[in-house]
Amino acid sequence: MSEDYVLELEHIRKEYPGVIALKDVTLQLRRGEILGLIGENGAGKSTLIKCCSGAVIPTSGKIKINGKEFTRMTPQLAAENGIAIIYQEFNNVGELSAAENMFLGRPIRKGIVIDRKAMEEEAAKAFEQLRIKINPKELVKNLSVGYQQMVEIAKAIQQNAQVLIMDEPSAPLTTNEVESMFKVVELLKSKGVSIIYISHRLEEIFRLSDRVEVIRDGEYVDTLITDKDPATIPDQVNDLIKLMVGREMTQKYPPRKPCIRDEVVLELAHVYGNGDQDISFKVHAGEVLGLGGLVGAGRTEIAQVIFGARPKESGKIIFMGKEINPKSPREAINLGIALLPEDRKRHGALLTNSIKNNISMPIYERISKASVINSKIERSTAEQYREDIQIKCPSIYQLVKNLSGGNQQKVILSKWLAAQSKLIIFDEPTRGIDVGAKFEIYKLINDLVEQGCAILMISSEMEELIGMSDRIIVLAENKMMGELQKDEFNSDTIMTYASGIVPANKREAV
Amino acid sequence: MHENKFAAIFKQNAIWLVFILEIIIFAVASEGTFTTQRNIINISRQVSYYGIASIGMTFVILIAGIDLSIGSIITLVNVVCAWLMVRAGVNMWIAVILSLVMATLIGVLNGFMVATIGIPALIATFASQTVFEGIAYLISGGMPIAGFSPSFGMFGRWSVGLVPVCAIIMIVCFAVGSFILNKSYFGRYFYAIGGNEEASELSGIRVNKMKYLIYALSGFFAGLAGIVLLSRSMSAQSTIGKGFEFDVITCVVLGGVSVNGGIGRMSGVVAGVLIIGSLTNGMILMDVSEYTQMVVKGVVLAVAVGIDCMSKKRNAN
Repeated sequence: MSEDYVLELEHIRKEYPGVIALKDVTLQLRRGEILGLIGENGAGKSTLIKCCSGAVIPTSGKIKINGKEFTRMTPQLAAENGIAIIYQEFNNVGELSAAENMFLGRPIRKGIVIDRKAMEEEAAKAFEQLRIKINPKELVKNLSVGYQQMVEIAKAIQQNAQVLIMDEPSAPLTTNEVESMFKVVELLKSKGVSIIYISHRLEEIFRLSDRVEVIRDGEYVDTLITDKDPATIPDQVNDLIKLMVGREMTQKYPPRKPCIRDEVVLELAHVYGNGDQDISFKVHAGEVLGLGGLVGAGRTEIAQVIFGARPKESGKIIFMGKEINPKSPREAINLGIALLPEDRKRHGALLTNSIKNNISMPIYERISKASVINSKIERSTAEQYREDIQIKCPSIYQLVKNLSGGNQQKVILSKWLAAQSKLIIFDEPTRGIDVGAKFEIYKLINDLVEQGCAILMISSEMEELIGMSDRIIVLAENKMMGELQKDEFNSDTIMTYASGIVPANKREAV
Repeated sequence: MHENKFAAIFKQNAIWLVFILEIIIFAVASEGTFTTQRNIINISRQVSYYGIASIGMTFVILIAGIDLSIGSIITLVNVVCAWLMVRAGVNMWIAVILSLVMATLIGVLNGFMVATIGIPALIATFASQTVFEGIAYLISGGMPIAGFSPSFGMFGRWSVGLVPVCAIIMIVCFAVGSFILNKSYFGRYFYAIGGNEEASELSGIRVNKMKYLIYALSGFFAGLAGIVLLSRSMSAQSTIGKGFEFDVITCVVLGGVSVNGGIGRMSGVVAGVLIIGSLTNGMILMDVSEYTQMVVKGVVLAVAVGIDCMSKKRNAN
């Protein structure tokens, strides 16, 4: 019996100079199914889908679409054969309307004039098909992220896509938006569209997929049929994680020895600045202070003020017993403050520089005499951290852009360790990092506090916030909403605070 | 893996093959005139101005900037240095030092416009190009200034044995540039800023301070090139630096410094300078008209940038 496959990838291999991104991956997508695709960061998911879109040319292997064989794709071929990809970063032009975006590069014309009306009608039809309400005339930049994604999906459908590949579609969305996206995905499936759904969030995989394929280190591992019976899901999750990381993951958060000291490392007293108002808190040596709240609540903003990247307007910042007023990151770094930004690729790592240069960046002036670098110290520092915190790389001369997200985060952390930071601010420490590497980052955070560092951890992942923090403060709309001690941690209270409401039992008598 | 290493070494040094090929072509086409001792010494003089000025430009392009003002700086240094010596009767060495300080300060002004005000480098340095060219005309009235002591010819005319002093100055400058880029932390900072300005700032680099430094260095090296040129011609002309920035940018980009910033090596720039220098010389020997030369150089620039951008595209795949 031969199965009805729309898309088959056979023994795909992709080599880059010095790196093998894909060793041997096979994937079969049945007509009208949702296939989950999971794997750790760096497992090769993105490269694999880029092979389908024609953005990457495989070194060897075959791509079959409806039985037709190709050795490589081009963007044109992919479109002609009904393959569409929704990337994490959308390909929208904000200044154009939803309808114009849908017909970008292939406008409907009347003679030589663009027929705006026809495009708007077609767009409206596509939106209606997906049962979403978007005004085709609206500029895309005015749409919410969720709707921007819908415009992309509608564009794919309008072009008669038979195979829709979605790369982490839920990552940028809010909870409500995720729900509507699920509905659209299920609707598409019922219309016979086949979908490859890539996600780190396993609950989504169980909610949506018929089967799930696991890849690891550029190799095909296994394909399982997802069983939607809630009772079996925990076991299935464990199995999948085991397949992904290649070993058993017994705990999510590594145990930490009690290590909080009395010494206050950082104290904020009524700090205003960068949009935030009246922020006051203390972080002790050996303590992880969690900073919770919704995206845009002003958490990153206060971190930037402490790090000297944005000016403070009023209030006091007291660091190691002295009032400070850092005017630049350099000043904050010299004091012993470090920031690991949320957007690693744009703000954290110097992607086009080597691991060695990244790690020594904040200490170059210290390890130089009359501006001449002591290259021995430079190398040994990098080697030391490479070993200490296990940065997986062929050598310290490797460019950081070639590392996985988790390893990039480790390089950034090494840089701050080399700078002997006493306060480390993590802004979303594990965003876009896979399960295995997450655990390692958590272990590193534990090591740091056990050695006496103070840590301020901004996190939007409720579980992570509760699992890693010693205390949590919650911000909403640029103000402090409340503080929770460890025994008060619970996601409902945090969510209530985060939505700007002070729970009844916490309200102080006025 | 070994093959890759070999390929990488080949790619990094392919520019030298271009240079050798160029020498052979000109040697054959000129029936040997190109490779006479006299002409080689001549070339080494001609490339020295480009070479000296290209060091500052390398730093500027490494941080994804551009400096269009260096041609005007060269003109102004010629006029001012000559004016100081001839009209004001200032001692030669003091005139040279004052001229270099002025060139450096023009660089600082460029740095101020780019870093502090935030004017795009292309526009900021284009503005100062126009301003300082104008000032040079105002000082000289468009007339050449000549008649300085013969000892001023030491920078551009004298030789040590067979080697012209200006070529020695260039070699020293390249050594200094290479040292800054590879051995000092400034080099690390330049590469970092060229790769990602924001992340550099957040890694503790004072990006604005570095921009001041880089544009100041660009001004300084342009000034030095101006002194050497003046010493060669022994007469300050108000048009001497016109279009100079174009040749220097071509040398740097041809030498493999990416216009997108963050990538490039000093040795590549040396090759770029030698190629453009001998190309110019070869074309003059072959009686190629000035306008044809412009066409050729323009094509070379476009091809050099094109190769850089194409390899960037390929790497992205």
